[in-house]
Amino acid sequence: MAAIPFSREDRKALVDPLIINNPIGVQVLGICSALAVTTRMDKALVMGIGVTLVTALANLAVSLVRNYTPGSIRIIVQLSIIASLVIVFDQILKATLYELSLELSVFVGLIITNCIVMGRAEGYAMQNPPLRSFWDGIGNGLGYALVLMLVALARELLGAGKIFGFTVLPLVTDGGWYVPNGLMLLAPSALFVIGLLIWALRVWKPQLQEKD
Amino acid sequence: MEHFANLAIRSIFLENMALAFFLGMCSFLACSKKVETAIGLGAAVVFVQVLTVPLNNLLLHYLLAEGALAWVSPALATVNLSFLSFILFIGTIAAATQIVEMAVDRYAPKLYTTLGVFLPLIAVNCVILGGSLFMQERDYSFAESVVFGVGSGFGWFIAIVAMAAIREKMTYSHVPDGLKGLGITFITAGLMSLAFMVFSGIQL
Repeated sequence: MAAIPFSREDRKALVDPLIINNPIGVQVLGICSALAVTTRMDKALVMGIGVTLVTALANLAVSLVRNYTPGSIRIIVQLSIIASLVIVFDQILKATLYELSLELSVFVGLIITNCIVMGRAEGYAMQNPPLRSFWDGIGNGLGYALVLMLVALARELLGAGKIFGFTVLPLVTDGGWYVPNGLMLLAPSALFVIGLLIWALRVWKPQLQEKD
Repeated sequence: MEHFANLAIRSIFLENMALAFFLGMCSFLACSKKVETAIGLGAAVVFVQVLTVPLNNLLLHYLLAEGALAWVSPALATVNLSFLSFILFIGTIAAATQIVEMAVDRYAPKLYTTLGVFLPLIAVNCVILGGSLFMQERDYSFAESVVFGVGSGFGWFIAIVAMAAIREKMTYSHVPDGLKGLGITFITAGLMSLAFMVFSGIQL
């Protein structure tokens, strides 16, 4: 551990967003894409990795230039950093996992406007040193990925009887016993699953509940 | 003509940006507490959407797509810059939002204060960038992109105003503590999304 300095604050920046300050469940950031890519776990995983990398590197870059960025043009500076990173990720994805990139379609491009990336760059990286911002980006990306994977697990398992494409519950149509719940693969179920997840989180951590 | 009417119906109801593709969810959830605010934000989104989708369509066809630079010089006919579309689209959108912000500040200062931070945030609203990206992916012509811009913006407008109306009524109901606020809003949006699925299969 001697090589890279890793203080208590760094640890806090990395661990807090996983549950207690989760970007989706608590900060209400980045919900748009979270819902659309969660019909299958592999899609959710790729999306989670993409957002984690982009958030971490964008935080690092924004934090490095924070003392040289005039306040009035900071949004456009952040946007161009983020957009460049997303272009790189999109090109890598097209080169290595072409099929998956077709299925994710516009949602890879939409990482640019994902509020998590913007929110962390603006709200954290502008005030904090580069390395700590990097850890904060990793933490928030992982917190996002965690929720994504949970929602995708529920939807893929109940909707298609599979996890990562492997059959877990054999379907009636293939001679098994499980009758799939088709609704889980449709748009509304994503909203229901996240709603219930937030409910569960807030029952577990009552300090997160909203007053009227 | 029928083709365009069909595209409009599809982008407003069937493929509603908010309820079928979950685009623009952040402001959809945060700005839907009051109908008045929702109408203001919705109108601003429609305006920016109508402005940016056709504009980005022109930029795509005359600047980025393969062979699009042929009008500059024949030597550039093989250049394909479409991988730059993300950064160009977001630039157009940021500029258009700035214009809307200045206009609202000048002519409707009350609305400007109510919308607060969400007005500049239209620049990073997924509906707007999503509209442009769908336009690129589906290869719309210029006329189609105008219809799609109006339709998708208007669909989002309907969704957020309906949501705000429901939430205004909901303040009178007893919601379990953990579900208050965000949780119940998600469930409501899910039910609305379910209701909008009724439109699937409609063709003119």
